[in-house]
Parts: sequence; structure tokens; C-alpha cells
Amino acid sequence: MIVQTETKLRLQTDPMVPVQTRITRLAWETDDTYSITLDMNDRNYAFRPGQFNMLYVFGVGEAAISISSDPSLSRSVTHTIHKVGSVTSALSHCKRSDVVGVRGPFGSGWPIDAALGRDVCIVAGGIGLAPLRPLLYSLFRKRKQFGRIVLLYGSRSPLDLLYRVELEDWGKRHNIEVLVTVDRGDPSWKGHIGVVTTLFSYIKIDPRATIAYVCGPETMMKFTLGTLTTIGLPGDQIYLSMERNMKCAVGYCGHCQYGPHFICKDGPVFALPRVKNLLDIKEL
Amino acid sequence: MHTEDLAPLLRQHPFLADLPEQHITTLIGCASNVHFAEGSQLLREGELADKFYLIRTGRVALEIDLSERGQLRIQTVGSGEVLGWSWLISPFRWHFTGVAVTDVRGVALDGKCLRLKSENDHDFGYEMLKRLAIVMERRLEATRLQIIDVYGSTPEVGL
Repeated sequence: MIVQTETKLRLQTDPMVPVQTRITRLAWETDDTYSITLDMNDRNYAFRPGQFNMLYVFGVGEAAISISSDPSLSRSVTHTIHKVGSVTSALSHCKRSDVVGVRGPFGSGWPIDAALGRDVCIVAGGIGLAPLRPLLYSLFRKRKQFGRIVLLYGSRSPLDLLYRVELEDWGKRHNIEVLVTVDRGDPSWKGHIGVVTTLFSYIKIDPRATIAYVCGPETMMKFTLGTLTTIGLPGDQIYLSMERNMKCAVGYCGHCQYGPHFICKDGPVFALPRVKNLLDIKEL
Repeated sequence: MHTEDLAPLLRQHPFLADLPEQHITTLIGCASNVHFAEGSQLLREGELADKFYLIRTGRVALEIDLSERGQLRIQTVGSGEVLGWSWLISPFRWHFTGVAVTDVRGVALDGKCLRLKSENDHDFGYEMLKRLAIVMERRLEATRLQIIDVYGSTPEVGL
């Protein structure tokens, strides 16, 4: 891996040119997932919850990574990354003060205003909690403008849960209901066991007054959407974040084409009616 | 607790929602109010399955013994749910061990008593079977989803 030393570069107007940015922190969340924080001081950088950056490891490659930090913190930006391939593996070996390239932010964000005055149901699966965390921070800042907030979060095992300390804190400090479940637990785990959709048995949702935000692997989202539909939530009150192989991030290359949409430009967040007919098409 | 005091507890439980009153009366004769402290076992793998539970509050974990790998918790059953159906199916043995992971309050229903009453009153028996079939179907679906690993992510596609 080649990590260049930082040179004086400002945020580029050309979206294809990465800006060199210094790593200020790298912390492991689980055995295979870590959070990496980048110094955005003097970059005039701002993002909306749900957007992503392209992170470039020089000499290795580039990957689309969702932003997982608080949008109100303009001096830094954090990404929570699942180590699954060459770029994310190379990033995991970086150290504080190493330099990576950043392009972004890209894509649509979670439409927070859609939930003003309404209840909010957030459903996250596995690494899908990461792009929802900025949304949660934004809701907390305007807490009184929303009704009941419920977070349903599922993961494979207790060791795979992200932000465990924060999960407890959110429930206590921000008046939200946090229900966490895992697929398998050891005898020390006292929480729920079962897929995330089983958590709907323990909450009551008013389908007329609730906005749902869903993010996770597509299989998890498929079954969650099924449950939300069964509950009676109209499709236009459901938003989900899709993932595809993104390369250019600006809708030029077509790698992330999804039916008539480019995930990078038109998404990754979509209202359900825009993608509903595409979800059941295999290998799309 | 007197048996007649159990009627409101039975009526309030989601499993028995809208159950005709004569069936509630039938159930009362097989019911008892129960409390389990955190850590206690409600049922033990391989032992006689002679009852089932309507959980009112608390959470029970179902465990399976993996020998040298220890106990694996595979499911939890919580407030408003039903624990156990092996009392219904011969040879009436529990397939899992059930441990109270919190204080648990509920109503225990005697399996032998229920089977007898179901034989004598087929309307009652059919009503109970319909409700248990829904529980079984939901558990089966949840188990399928656990097997397919819905949280598995695709290789480096970002996000």
C-alpha cells in the first residue's frame, strides 16, 4: 500500500479529483468493521445524512463509503467500514496521520423533513446502521419536532453490533426506543434473539403517522419492507438506501445503474415507490 | 391467585385475543399464574413437555446444547408471546431449554389438561390449534430468515 504524504490541496471543484485528507482516528467497532475519521478542517465540507464519499487509497483503489458521523461536526467526517475487499482492507491498515483521497459528498440523503411532526421508525441491519447514524444525530438535534422515534437494529451476533455504547446512550438521553436483536447469542446475551423483523412484535406503529427509514443488506430490507407493508405503512412513507458497485459517483460511468436510476446520483436513498418494481428483479 | 382471577390475564394476552368466553372458562381449569426469577429454567431440553406458557412480561431465551461448543441461544420469546408447543405433539418432549433472561411473569397452561379438553370439545381444540398454527408459522419464517443470514453483505460495493 502506498500512502502519500499530504500536500496543500483545497476541496476540488472537479468531482472526479480526490482531495488528500489526513486520518485523525481509526477505531475498530467489531472484528471486521472499523470507523475512520478524516480531518476536514478548512475544507468547507458539509454533507447530508445518508450521503457517501469515495475514499481513495493511493496505489490500491477507491470505494464508496457512507458517512456515519454527525453532520453538524464540520471539522471532521467519519466513515464506518466493513472490511470486505482490497480497498477496505488497505484502509484498515492505515494509521493516524496517513493520507487518503476523498471525493464527495455524493448522492441523495435521508429526507428528514418528511418526518416533521410524525413518528419515525428506523430499521437497520448489520453495517446498515452506519448511514443511519447521521440521520439519528439530526433527529436528536430537533427532537421536539418529531413524535415517537423507534430504532430497530439487527445483527448476526452481539459481537457484530455497531456503536454498542451509543445504542444504550441514545435510548436514555434522546427519548427514543431502541430495540436490538441478534441472530445468535451466547448465555451472556440478555437481549432479543431473532431477525430484525421479529422486533415489530414488540412495538405498535401508527401506519398513518409514521415515516420509516430502512438500511441494510438487500435481503434484510426486502423482508423489512414486507413487514412494513403488512403493518399498513404506505410506500411513500418508506425510504431505503440501496447499494451497488459505484465507481464515478456522479452518474457518468453507469456501474451502479439500477433500472432507470443511477444509485450514486439518484440514490442511494429512494422513496420505496421509485424502486419497488425493481426490488424483485433478480441480478439487477 | 384464585382461578377466576386468571380470566383477565387470559383475556388480555394477545394469543387469546377475541377468544369466546366459554373457551376462556375452559382454559381457566388448565391455567396457573407463574413467576420465574432471572436465570431460572422454564423448560429443559429432552424433558417431558407438559405445559406451555403465555408470557405476560419478561423474556425467555431458547438454548440448544452444542456439547463441546456450549449453549447457543437461538431465539427469545417475550411479552405477549407464546412459549412452547411440544406439549401438543407426541412424544411430548422439549426440543430446547428455556431460560428466563429477565424476571418473567406469565400464565402456564397444562398440556395434558388442554389435550383432554380439546378431545372433549373439538370447537375449543380447533380454536387453540388455529392460534398455535399462526405462532408456528411465524416462528418458522423467522427461523428461515436466521438461516439465510439476512445481514450478510456483498463484497466491497461500498456503503
